[in-house]
Amino acid sequence: MKQPKLELVVGIFVLAGLIAVAYLALKIGAGSLVGSETYSVRARFTNSGGLTSGSNVLVAGVPIGRVGAITLNPADFSALVELKLEKVVKLPTDTIASIKTSGLIGDKYVGLSPGSDTAFLAPGATITDTEAALDIESLISRFAFGNVEKKDSK
Amino acid sequence: MTRVLGKYTLRIVRELGDFGLFTSRSLAAAVGSRKLGRRVVRSIYEQGVRCVPVIMIVGLFTGLVLGLQGYYVLNKFGSSGLLGTLVSLTLVRELAPVLAALMLVGQAGSALAAELGIQRNSEQIDALETMGADVHAYLISPRLIAAVLVFPIQTAFFCLIGLLGGYLSGSVVLALQPGVYWSAVFHAVHPVDVRECMIKAAIFGLLTIAICAYNGFNAHRRTSASGARAVSASTTRAVVISSITVLAADYVITSFLV
Amino acid sequence: MGDLFLDVRGIAKRFGENVVLVGVDLAVPRGSVVTVLGKSGTGKSVFLKCLAGIVRPDAGEIRFDGRPLNAGDAECRAEFRSRCSYLFQSNALLDSLTVLENVALPLESTTQIPNREIRERALEALRQLDLEKHWDRHPGQLSGGMQKRLALARAIVTRPELVLFDEPTAGLDPLRRNAVFQMIVKYQRQFGFTAVLVTHDLPEALVSSDQVALLDGGRMRFQGTPAQFNASDDPTVRSFRDSAGELRDTVAALRRGETIENRNDL
Repeated sequence: MKQPKLELVVGIFVLAGLIAVAYLALKIGAGSLVGSETYSVRARFTNSGGLTSGSNVLVAGVPIGRVGAITLNPADFSALVELKLEKVVKLPTDTIASIKTSGLIGDKYVGLSPGSDTAFLAPGATITDTEAALDIESLISRFAFGNVEKKDSK
Repeated sequence: MTRVLGKYTLRIVRELGDFGLFTSRSLAAAVGSRKLGRRVVRSIYEQGVRCVPVIMIVGLFTGLVLGLQGYYVLNKFGSSGLLGTLVSLTLVRELAPVLAALMLVGQAGSALAAELGIQRNSEQIDALETMGADVHAYLISPRLIAAVLVFPIQTAFFCLIGLLGGYLSGSVVLALQPGVYWSAVFHAVHPVDVRECMIKAAIFGLLTIAICAYNGFNAHRRTSASGARAVSASTTRAVVISSITVLAADYVITSFLV
Repeated sequence: MGDLFLDVRGIAKRFGENVVLVGVDLAVPRGSVVTVLGKSGTGKSVFLKCLAGIVRPDAGEIRFDGRPLNAGDAECRAEFRSRCSYLFQSNALLDSLTVLENVALPLESTTQIPNREIRERALEALRQLDLEKHWDRHPGQLSGGMQKRLALARAIVTRPELVLFDEPTAGLDPLRRNAVFQMIVKYQRQFGFTAVLVTHDLPEALVSSDQVALLDGGRMRFQGTPAQFNASDDPTVRSFRDSAGELRDTVAALRRGETIENRNDL
């Protein structure tokens, strides 16, 4: 009877399949963050346009975390962006957070430029030193209507 | 005119109802059926193991061509670094579940419809009935159970080999840095995308295999043809309807999930 | 006829415009072999399928062991199925299963017997029909006669009380035909089941049956013992019975150079 052989082949197939699904879900799907523990800090931006939950957080071009929830701070109508960072990365308190775009039309991401402070950001701390998303449309329209110089001369 | 239209609509509605009954009866019949496990294993072999080569080949070429086209388009904008993003998202969100399902319909679904049609034709299904066997539990349930397992697995294979294909054409044939490609891949795909991809694959599997089984199982009901012609007509119909269903269901599921 | 095992009254069936059975009656005493004769295309197989429940008749009543067998009553149907076997004209063996699995199948689906015992009983049935050494082959690898024996093994493995044979000798040569009838009668004696046969092999049927019936024009024209059949002067019975003699006369006439009108009752 070739039944046992059939079962063996099917078993190998299912096992390989489960590994493939797991790899897809855990490794590719969740980026390189799964397994490593994370902590959250918050960053306050005047404009978080284009940033979405799941966007990347980079330091010197190296991904170290993802954007969590984005909420509105009702007190001053600023955007509060939760950053989930890898635990091994400790950032100085005077780190600057800025929203940037990869390439001209690429995804928005949060770039962090660490300062020189000796104290580190604790979990739950807020980064206040931020640069908002560059509003490309208004930039282009200003350029098109020739207002760029005027703004600089003001 | 109106009467013809009404008659046609009624027929479609009746067939849809019959199909729904057929599928739910087959799923319900699986409970407590004897030696179901062995038949599921055989079905996984038919839909899974035997179709791996086709999935691998189609997946690889899909990835290759995505990498090639994507690179040329993105390079015009100076964003060739986004190639990994393009390839991985296209594959995971749409192409892998849809193309894998279409390939499986072509290979496993058509074979299933033809096999059931011939079994119907040679009175094997009647024989099962006279022997007191639950034909749904015996012939259909294992296929449906296997499909729900196999389609996501094949889709995962398709994704991975497709990503490899994108890498081959982007970084080996063309000039993209491998690190740039892979880091874009790893950072573009979210858990939500993968979950959506797997849900899609499982639904496609259930729908297409049920459609193929239904058409083969009812090959004797065709009025236009009989015998071998009925089997071939049923198989063709099974493949055509399954393929259309995959694309239509993809649109519906995507609009619900996104 | 006090102990009717199967009592069929007024079975009617039509497929669309095509009326196949008008009103068929048949009485089958317990433990007997009853053969239904008839020309090709008179609905013999349809009639047998009505009995087996594969085809649902439009009208009529079937009483099995004194109880009415209605299509609606699932429990009654299931009980009937576990006590009755059907031998298909095409054998209808499942070609994806091995010989042993084919024979084990009816036991798996109608009984709660443990798997080990099912295997033993299936092997036992194969042994009785001399197929034991082929247990792990597939039906497609067997010869036609072996397939017929396998189908019979599958039919008797459940120890049925009633076996329905649909043209068991169709397409077989005369020697095989004899062997099949021998087999049926032998196992009928051995296991004591009641048999209903459908065939158009007149001489074999007359020898091996307790009763014969003749189906023509959607009705049962005759039912009785083989002796009564031979003595009957019903025109349909006579034409069926004497067709061999007629052929002899016709051929002799043709050889003598006479012209014969084409028969138009085929």
